[in-house]
This record gives sequence, C-alpha cells and structure tokens, in this order.
Amino acid sequence: MTIAAASSRRTTTALLVGPAALFFLLLLILPLIVVVIYSFGERGPAGGYAPAFTFANYADLPSRGKAFLNTLTLAPLGTLLCVVIAYPLAYFLALKVSDRWRTLLLVLVIVPFWTSQLLRIYAWLLILGHKGIPSLLALIGFGEVRLVNTPFAVLVGMVYGYLPLMVFPIYVSLEKLDRRLIEASADLGANPWRTLWQVTLPLSLPGVATGSLLVLILLMGEFIIPAFLGGGKVFFIGNALVDLFLQSRNWPLGAAVSLGLVGIMLVTIVIYMRFVIGRGSERRMALM
Amino acid sequence: MSKFDDTSITARRFMQELRRYQKGSVSRRHFLGVTGLGLATAVLGSALPGLKPRSAQAAGNLGDTLNFTTWPNYFAQEDLDSFTKTTGVNINVSVFGSNEEMLAKLQAGGTGWDVFVPTNYTISTYKQLDIIEPLELAKLPAFDPSTHDPRFIGAGTVDGTIYAVPKDWGTTGYVVNTDKVKGDMTTWKQFWDRARGDLTDRVMVHDYQLTVIGNALKYFGYSFNSIDPKELAEAEKLLLDVKPHLFGINSDYQPSMRNGDAWVSMCWTGDAYQLHRDIPAMHYVIGTEGGEIWTDFYAIPKTAPHREAAYAFVNHMLTPEVNSKEVQAIGYPSTDAKTNALLPKKLLDDPILYPAKELLTNLEFGAAATLTNPARAELMNRFKSA
Repeated sequence: MTIAAASSRRTTTALLVGPAALFFLLLLILPLIVVVIYSFGERGPAGGYAPAFTFANYADLPSRGKAFLNTLTLAPLGTLLCVVIAYPLAYFLALKVSDRWRTLLLVLVIVPFWTSQLLRIYAWLLILGHKGIPSLLALIGFGEVRLVNTPFAVLVGMVYGYLPLMVFPIYVSLEKLDRRLIEASADLGANPWRTLWQVTLPLSLPGVATGSLLVLILLMGEFIIPAFLGGGKVFFIGNALVDLFLQSRNWPLGAAVSLGLVGIMLVTIVIYMRFVIGRGSERRMALM
Repeated sequence: MSKFDDTSITARRFMQELRRYQKGSVSRRHFLGVTGLGLATAVLGSALPGLKPRSAQAAGNLGDTLNFTTWPNYFAQEDLDSFTKTTGVNINVSVFGSNEEMLAKLQAGGTGWDVFVPTNYTISTYKQLDIIEPLELAKLPAFDPSTHDPRFIGAGTVDGTIYAVPKDWGTTGYVVNTDKVKGDMTTWKQFWDRARGDLTDRVMVHDYQLTVIGNALKYFGYSFNSIDPKELAEAEKLLLDVKPHLFGINSDYQPSMRNGDAWVSMCWTGDAYQLHRDIPAMHYVIGTEGGEIWTDFYAIPKTAPHREAAYAFVNHMLTPEVNSKEVQAIGYPSTDAKTNALLPKKLLDDPILYPAKELLTNLEFGAAATLTNPARAELMNRFKSA
C-alpha cells in the first residue's frame, strides 16, 4: 500500500468517526468534566456554585443514603417485575399469536406511549387514591387501605410505565429464534417446560438483558413517578437531585450525588454484562 | 377555545386543565380538546403557520405570547382569557411549588418567563442578583400606590425603587377536614403532635422550606424566620420525627384533600377558601402561636422576552374590575382599596380571607435571609430525603 493511500484512508476514517467523536466530546465528556469540577466546589452565597477544592460534598453523600437505598432497591425490583410480566407477553406475541393479530397486538403495546407520561401517572394517582382501589377494597371488607405515597404505588407506576421497553427487546429475540431448535428439543424427548427452560429461555437471554439494562438505567434516574406516586415520601436519587439543584440550590453537592449515581450505575452495568450477557452467549455457543 | 390552539400543552398546563376538569369548572369536551386534540392541532399549526388563529384585535407591538409563572390554584382562567381576548396575546402558564424553585430556575437562566409572582421575602434578593427589572410605573396606570395598604406593599420597593407590584396577600395556616378530624385544632403544636399521633398517614405539609421549617419552629415558640442553628436543629428533629407519619409532602394539596386521602394539610388562604367553598367541612386554622403572613407580587424578569406584553398583563390584572373577579375566584384578599370596593360584603367579612385581629398579630412576614440561608435549604433537603 502506498503512503498516499494510507493517509487518504486515515482521512476517511477521521471524517467518518469525527461527527460521533465531536458529539461525545461536546455533549458527554465536557459536561461530565464540569460536573466533576463542580462536585469539588462550594455552595455559593445565594446558592449555585463557588470555586473551591473540598471533599466535603463526597463526605456528605451518606446524608442522601435513604434516597440511594430507595433507588437501589425499587429500581432493580421494578426491573425484575417488568421481566416477569413482559416475558410471557413477549413469548405469546412472538410464538403463539397468528400473523394476522400480531401487528395489531404489538401496536397495542405501544399505544400507551402516545399519551403523556404525566397523564398516565396521574391516572394511577386516581386509581390508587382514596376513591379508587381502596374504596373497592373497603366494599369487600378491608379496612382503610392506603396505596398512594407508598413504595408499592411507585413500583406499580414504574412497572406500568416501562413495561413496553421490556416487551420489545424480548419479543425481538424470541421472534428471531430458530423454531427448528424447539422442534428438535421436542424430538429428543424434552417436555415443553424443559424446552422452555433449556432452549428458549437461554436463547432469548440477550433480549432479556437488553430490556433489563434499558429499564434499569431509566428507572435509576426516574424522578417523576416517585414524585407523584410517592408524594415526597418515597424519595429517589432523581428527586434528591431535583431538590439539590432546584430547591436548595446546592450545585456542588448535587454534582457529587449525581456522580455517585453514575458510579453505582457503571458498577451495576459491568457486573450485569459479565453475568447475564456473558452467560447467554456461552450457552448459545454451546448450542451451536 | 382559540387560545389553546397555538401551543402544545406543557406538563404543568395539562395538570391545571386536569384539575379544572376534576373540579368541574370545565367540561369534558374542553378537557379533551386542550389535552389530546389541542396537541394534534399544535402539530398541524406548527407545520402550517397559516392555521394559527390570530385575534382580530391583536395589538401589533405586544406580540402573541406571554409566559406567566405562578402557584397552583392561583389564577382565574376567566381573567387570563379576558386578557387574551382584548390583546390577542396567548398566555402560557407554568406552576411552581416554592419561591426557592423559582429562584433556582431564574438563577440558571433561560427561563423565558415574562411575569412571575414572587413572595415579599424574595424581592430584595432578586434585586441584588439583578434578576428583576425596576418597573416603569407609567406602563402600569392601574397601579396606584396610594390605594394599597402600605403594610403589604413595602417589600416591593428596594432602595426607593419599585421592583414589584402586589398581587394579593394571605396567611399560611392549615386546613382540617372536620368530617374526619375531631377534637380541638387551633395550634401548630396540635398540628405536629397529631400528625405523628392519631392522624398518622393523614397529614400533608408544603414542599416549601419557608412554611415547613417556619411552622415547625412555631411548635417550640421560636420565630417563623429563625436561622439560629440551635433552634433549627430542634425543628429538624421534630420534622424528621414526623416525616414517617406524613401522608405526603406537596404544595399542591387540594387534590388529596378533596378526594379524602389527606385530612389535614398546611394551607394558604386561597386554597382554604376554595376547599371550604366546595366542601363546607373544610376548616381553616391559623395557629395561635403565629406563623406566616405574606404578600405576593407581580415582577418582570430582566430577561423577559415579551416585556411589553408583561406590562400590559400586569396592568390588566391590577385593574380593579379584573382584580375583584380574581379575588372572588381564588379567594386571596387584595391589598387594593379600589378592588375591595367592588367586592361583595360577604367576602370582606369572610374569616378565612380576613382572620380575626388577635390571630393576625402573631404572624410574621418571611425574612429575606431565609431564602438564601444554606442551613434552612439543607434542612429541608434532608427532611425530604429522610
């Protein structure tokens, strides 16, 4: 290869990678650097940021422990519930429904996304509120049941809101699944449960992993659902951040808290990738 | 409903419309129109600007939009509509829960707000931070300082210059659903003690440091405005103790009070008036220990994109005929004698709007220091994330 050709190839590469690199630099790396710098600063006299170099903000992170705890328990729990509910639905859509109905049913899964998220959460506020489900429960003999402003209500809102994001990746991985493998499994004498457990499920794990990651990351940053259905009592890191930036105006502590969340997410994601995706591809290799 | 057709609905707007619909003040058709169909029209409208409705009388120099930022349940749609009708200026309303939240947005910049309604204790800070502009009174002929009660309008003037003109005044107490809550409720001590006692899971407090911390301080008989570390520490202890027993923390407490989830809530004059008007069992209490008295003002940010429309709007709202309608609709008393002259006697005698003298004497205006005091800001934050 001549030197000229090599350099022209390098130019092409630079041109192709350039836009994406610029995008990441301007919209991810630079803002993140600002956040890191802020996290070592001090609260300004009227709020905001004042330059300083202190670790006080990081030392103060435990004061938001409850918010971290809520986020780190309810977000994974919500993700898990999404998987448990979405998997049978996706399985049904991918393997059991006739082609005629499939498109319609898939559209029905997306339809809720056409309305504002706020509207759908507000609807849950009414459903779970005093005049909703609790009044029906009272009719059949339960005493005063309170559902809104509890972790349960937040969980319901989260599962409801993010279910479609779980259904689709699982659906896609099940839909691509080679049906002959299922037949082969049956031919070799496996009962349907065993086929599901040893063939279908492992092969659809990439979909489950993608969906879970998508939902988990979004749930960890969620603040609207806990704000509405938690009523200020089920506080997420997202809510703590909104408060730190928009109420108490302590930007440095806010920056530290958000970096804390970023750190936790990174660790979670790495562990998750290792376990689920790693294992999924091993299984697939073994099957091939 | 032309005013709704030109912009897509914001989340806050949606919530207001939903609330209006729930309260029965608008029809179902109106609600669907502004939420679903309004959105569709907005998409069409922005694709084809020619479809945007224009008022026949549109006054050229005012533009066609005004961004108005206010509190929940704090304006009469009728009075906004009449402004749109005479000027052709469409009003986008956004609703906030606390002055601190408004300050934070303005400090961050780029709000696009034209008019907002800060409370007395914030104005001097806004002036210091160079966020609001000194008002050109020539553009506000409806505002005549001599007809306003001087007790309420002082905070709008900083160093002899008027930066804000009064919208209304009020008090901060609590509302009690007497169908559900029996027994004496007259003090803040009872409020906090019963909140963590027999009224567990039934009491709401504002999402607002000034009133939450201030009224917790009143439990111990301290000043509503205290920034003394020792007194704040006691207030924090009380708040953290009560927190698990609260129903919720929200400055928009009417929905929960109306549907029976909450039985007691920290409450402003007008919300108490609106609740009592619709549900007579709702009683308003001003703690005998004291608490807050306040004035809200109209102010114009320096960055207001529609300055002329902002002046026209404030002037419209301060016109006694409009202002008196506003008072009757939302139930906050006016500081303006000319407006009061147009109000029915029944309203002027209403004990929610005009509490007994001996209750008022213990009340305090919020102090500027509380707005920016880091100890109070942090305390509120810890209370919420506890």
